[in-house]
Amino acid sequence: MWFVKVNVGLKKGVLDAQGKATHQALLSLGFSNVKEVGVGKLIELQVEGNSKEEIEKQVRDMCKKLLSNPVIEDFKYDIEEQ
Amino acid sequence: MKFGVVQFPGSNCDLDCYYALNDIMQVPVEWIWHKQENLDGFDCIFLPGGFTYGDYLRVGAIARYSPVMTAVIDFAEKGGLVIGICNGFQVLTEAGLLPGTLTRNECLHFICKQQTVRVENIDTPFTGMCKKKQVLQIPIAHGEGCYYADKETINGLEKNNQIILKYCDVNGNISKQANPNGSISNIAGISNKERNVFGLMPHPERCIEDCLGSDAGRLIFESILIYLEKKNILFNHKKTPS
Repeated sequence: MWFVKVNVGLKKGVLDAQGKATHQALLSLGFSNVKEVGVGKLIELQVEGNSKEEIEKQVRDMCKKLLSNPVIEDFKYDIEEQ
Repeated sequence: MKFGVVQFPGSNCDLDCYYALNDIMQVPVEWIWHKQENLDGFDCIFLPGGFTYGDYLRVGAIARYSPVMTAVIDFAEKGGLVIGICNGFQVLTEAGLLPGTLTRNECLHFICKQQTVRVENIDTPFTGMCKKKQVLQIPIAHGEGCYYADKETINGLEKNNQIILKYCDVNGNISKQANPNGSISNIAGISNKERNVFGLMPHPERCIEDCLGSDAGRLIFESILIYLEKKNILFNHKKTPS
């Protein structure tokens, strides 16, 4: 079984309203050294398959079709066999 | 002439759309279940507002892969009229029938209020009964209505007159103050290049009678009817009162 973690976040230049608000809240809690906050999504998958290459190909396809919106989001992933 | 209102799991403005078409406009209308794969015989499809699939993952992202959407895309490509209101607009962008996307309101709040919008293009099947630059008061109710697209896309929308509605103040001035959600260029509604697909965040189906505070939304419905009548699809569309 392959364990996949997909991180979806907003592209640079796209307004991250949640990140901004969270940043403001952290500052008001006294974490004054926080310089930037970005809020994204973590999607965890368990996938059956024979090779990492095969899984990677599928994951990229999933990200492009459904898990991220290429208009505003970027994705990163991490694949491990367990 | 036949209208269809799509029902996804989580649609909640479907009844309002149906009421506007059936009771107020008195035109034939049918429900379309999200699993339906055939749209033969329809002239105009409504994708109503709501929270399809609980807005999980991204607004409209899962509804976009409902079986009915393959049929809607096919219907639109053949020139059929498709209108997506609020969540319906979000589904249309996810499906690629309209460019750009709708993201979290800049203020982060869910906004539910009366809003004024200015009609930027009256040369469409959805706004033909409006006057140039007419200001309409139509309610908005959304948490994710901030229209975003890259510069190139926005330039394309402007060049092709695809921006149909813009948020404005009561006098029709387009300003940052009049923009409720941070949408680029105050965009409240756009069409595709061919003008047969229209997405808008305001809810015209919620303002079709005076008792609802405004009947400005009727103009959108009447525009569609007049457009279809002009296309000679049918003249005897009005139901005989029983």
